[in-house]
Amino acid sequence: MNLFNNYIALQKALEQGTYTCVDIVKHYLSNINKQKHLNAFIEVFEEESIERAKLIDEKIKNKKAGKLAGMVIGIKDNIAYKGHKVSASSKILDNFESIYSATVIERLLAEDAIIIGRCNCDEFAMGASNETSVYGPVLNAANNEYVPGGSSGGCAVAVQAKLCHAAIGSDTGGSIRQPASFCGVVGLKPTYGRISRWGLLAYASSFDQIGPISQSVEDAALLLEVMAGADEHDATISTKAVEKYSEINTDVAPTKIAYLKECFGEGVDPEVKEALYTWMEKLKKEGHEFVEVSFPYLDYLVPTYYVLTTAEASSNLSRFQGLQLGHRTSEKGDLEVLFKKSRTEGFGKEVKRRIMLGTFVLSSDYYDAYYTKAQKVRRIITDKTNDILKDFEYIITPTTPTTAFKFGEKSKDPVAMYLADIFTVQANICGLPAISIPVATHSNGLSIGLQLMSSVFKEKELLNFAAYSQSKHL
Amino acid sequence: MSDSIKDKYEAVIGLEIHSQLLTRSKAFCSDSVEYGLLPNTQTSVISLGHPGTLPKHNKRAIELAICMGLACNCQIREYNQYARKNYFYADLTKGYQITQDKTPICYEGHVEIELKDGSTKQINLERIHMEEDTGKSMHDQDLYSSLIDYNRAGTPLIEIVTKPDFRTGEEAYAFITLIRQMVRYLDICDGNMEEGSLRCDANVSVRLKGASEYGTKVEVKNMNSMRNVQRAIDFEINRQIELIEAGGKVMQETRTFDAMKNITIVMRTKEGANDYRYFPEPDLPPLVVNEAWIEKIRSEMPSLPKELIAKYIKEYKLTEYDARVITDFKETAAYFEQICHHTGNYKAAANWINGAIKSYMNEQGIDISMFPVKPIAIADIINIIDEGKLSNSAASQQVFPMMAKHPERSPLEIATELNLIQDSNADSIEPLIDEVLAKYPEKIIEYKEGKKTLMGLFVGEVMKLSKGKADPKITNELLRKKLD
Repeated sequence: MNLFNNYIALQKALEQGTYTCVDIVKHYLSNINKQKHLNAFIEVFEEESIERAKLIDEKIKNKKAGKLAGMVIGIKDNIAYKGHKVSASSKILDNFESIYSATVIERLLAEDAIIIGRCNCDEFAMGASNETSVYGPVLNAANNEYVPGGSSGGCAVAVQAKLCHAAIGSDTGGSIRQPASFCGVVGLKPTYGRISRWGLLAYASSFDQIGPISQSVEDAALLLEVMAGADEHDATISTKAVEKYSEINTDVAPTKIAYLKECFGEGVDPEVKEALYTWMEKLKKEGHEFVEVSFPYLDYLVPTYYVLTTAEASSNLSRFQGLQLGHRTSEKGDLEVLFKKSRTEGFGKEVKRRIMLGTFVLSSDYYDAYYTKAQKVRRIITDKTNDILKDFEYIITPTTPTTAFKFGEKSKDPVAMYLADIFTVQANICGLPAISIPVATHSNGLSIGLQLMSSVFKEKELLNFAAYSQSKHL
Repeated sequence: MSDSIKDKYEAVIGLEIHSQLLTRSKAFCSDSVEYGLLPNTQTSVISLGHPGTLPKHNKRAIELAICMGLACNCQIREYNQYARKNYFYADLTKGYQITQDKTPICYEGHVEIELKDGSTKQINLERIHMEEDTGKSMHDQDLYSSLIDYNRAGTPLIEIVTKPDFRTGEEAYAFITLIRQMVRYLDICDGNMEEGSLRCDANVSVRLKGASEYGTKVEVKNMNSMRNVQRAIDFEINRQIELIEAGGKVMQETRTFDAMKNITIVMRTKEGANDYRYFPEPDLPPLVVNEAWIEKIRSEMPSLPKELIAKYIKEYKLTEYDARVITDFKETAAYFEQICHHTGNYKAAANWINGAIKSYMNEQGIDISMFPVKPIAIADIINIIDEGKLSNSAASQQVFPMMAKHPERSPLEIATELNLIQDSNADSIEPLIDEVLAKYPEKIIEYKEGKKTLMGLFVGEVMKLSKGKADPKITNELLRKKLD
């Protein structure tokens, strides 16, 4: 079967009757089955998705199908879907079934998408390699010795290995863009407040955003268009009108683009530098201007991110106590024993590390030294980044300093692991939209991704430019 | 302990009052807040803290908080942040409570309390902030398990925090009484301390008079009536003084009040204290309160007793005593005003409420909300008396009890049936007077010689002849005209 890497082509084939939705679903189910070793899915909704495909085939026949009719989607295991399990890849939520659906799920279903299963991820979205999942690591389909990135590793591999058409992940510090980069697919983190967080199992509430992982920029735009916009369930969402992101226009005027000096500095793989350089050269020829800017706060990005996200996480994860929610210990004792034992047994090592770190930075003796200071630095970083974006349309960086690394390479050294987020956390700290697109293949056979970041709510321009740049490359 | 020892010391007391707000739904979701329903029926994924759920503002709760702030002469904060207070307990579903920390919605207020001796004292408020209530643990329902009811989880509250301005339990009692009256008048809270919709904690310390430093403070909880607030504080003051006098040291701790034994008992010590790790609630954007909103709330605020007393004295010409008694409860004042809509005799309206109606309610053990007679019927009976058709005593002793029994019947109907309608027609009374005077010629002479008390006899005789229907006032006037 000819698999389509963008939805417009698939839609045409479905409308013309070349394929039915049932054909498409069955094809993906068979792919999933063949590639089980990748461990991209925690659970596959096999019968349910076939049943749904039949319904949507009817709708297509009656010309009543929605915008996403027949699009087969994998969802990260931290998005609530009524009547389905959701575990955030954690033992503490093993067998927990959600009794309500996330807003994004309702919007996807309303446009006739087919949700095929839930994708593996780092536990509570905490990780950059998908190694912290209680269900075990996900393998990079390009080379099984390498990590897929994280935390939306299952989503990225599912799209990379064509186990579904697109996937919905979440991005707190790079969790969509970094695995997209490692797996050679497109990953979009929208502006904070663009997509409702209702139903997203919170890691760090003021950083988390849901976003698409897809094979093409066009599909990312279409999925954003469906998922974005006001929602009465989320008080932090923007009521700004949703633009027609899917109407991609690659007729782009000459643009001023900033690139960070540090992208060509120490710690960045020479081939990654090379790919970035080549990409810029090609676009320069098209009349675009590239200017090196230095961002003196780069060293503060990762510490600021970890102080604030762990603080929020320590509180967000307090609800899992083994009483009303979450794994309950079998050990007998008083309430304190119940809480301590259940949480000790239920949470993995990385999650515990972050809960402890967050509890520490919020404790009364250290609050001002860490939490308050990090809040101030967040404000400064945001202001400085926005200053750059006043003069330039986009800031570009490699999505990650290196291509995917091997299993175990960084899992023993949390600081090295955290530094893999160096280029991605800025967008979350500042609430900006950013997209990762594949631009080259490394000599090691793994993909190299490039990140474009713009001012808030400039998704339309960002997507247009990303699609345009790809059209110039291909 | 002798009074002379007690007199060396001064107590310093601050109060923290939690008041459940009379909203229809919870603070951060749309669950109902109705009290007394089956356990765990008024919950949702939000109040149960299910993963992925988010809170949203309840506008009414914010307005009630502002309303209380305005009534307490507070400043209202323009830029508000919510905060999370983190701790683990069985009845706290999310593991944190949404509250306000550094930016309480109201700050720097004051109210005036009145003491038994008639003196007044200003009590300063530190702040009033908004927060959500927890669920309720029940340890006495099941032999082997503790049960939890989450119906209350997420109910909106305000917490009123005073400055340490109280010196006695009596002052604290007067304050909580005032606050309860205020929240009831403003429709903020039903003020029921027994059911826990109004809860009071006290911080109590003692020091030698004249000392500039405060003593070590003890927090006293679980005083579930207004009297218990006074009793618990009085006990705690004595306990601390006795402890110091015996050479001991007051420990910083939380104590609970045992109403049966009338003592306070240690609940937890300072070592067991939580570090609540407050930080701004990232799921709720800052709340901005503008001047126009505040003014709208101010303009829609119900009147407080203080304002009503002034109005009743000035406009309705009531005595201060009557005005105070009527405004003791909001419902009584409302009943009074409804009578006044239908009669101009405000004094009589006040007399009825503070007289016949009050004694009836006392006898029946009910409050005014359960009193069956409609205010308009009381206005009717007042008007009938004023028209001279019914005597005061017949009205209160015979007609009123029947009205209470048969509230659907009008007072005129009852009075007519009981044959109590008076004759105020001079033409029909005059012949009766002539008849009586003709009967007692010698008494007339005595009267004219100065024995004015005989007037009672003449009136009585006329009444007898009229079978009680002659208007005594008119009879009196006519008699005087003839005799003087």
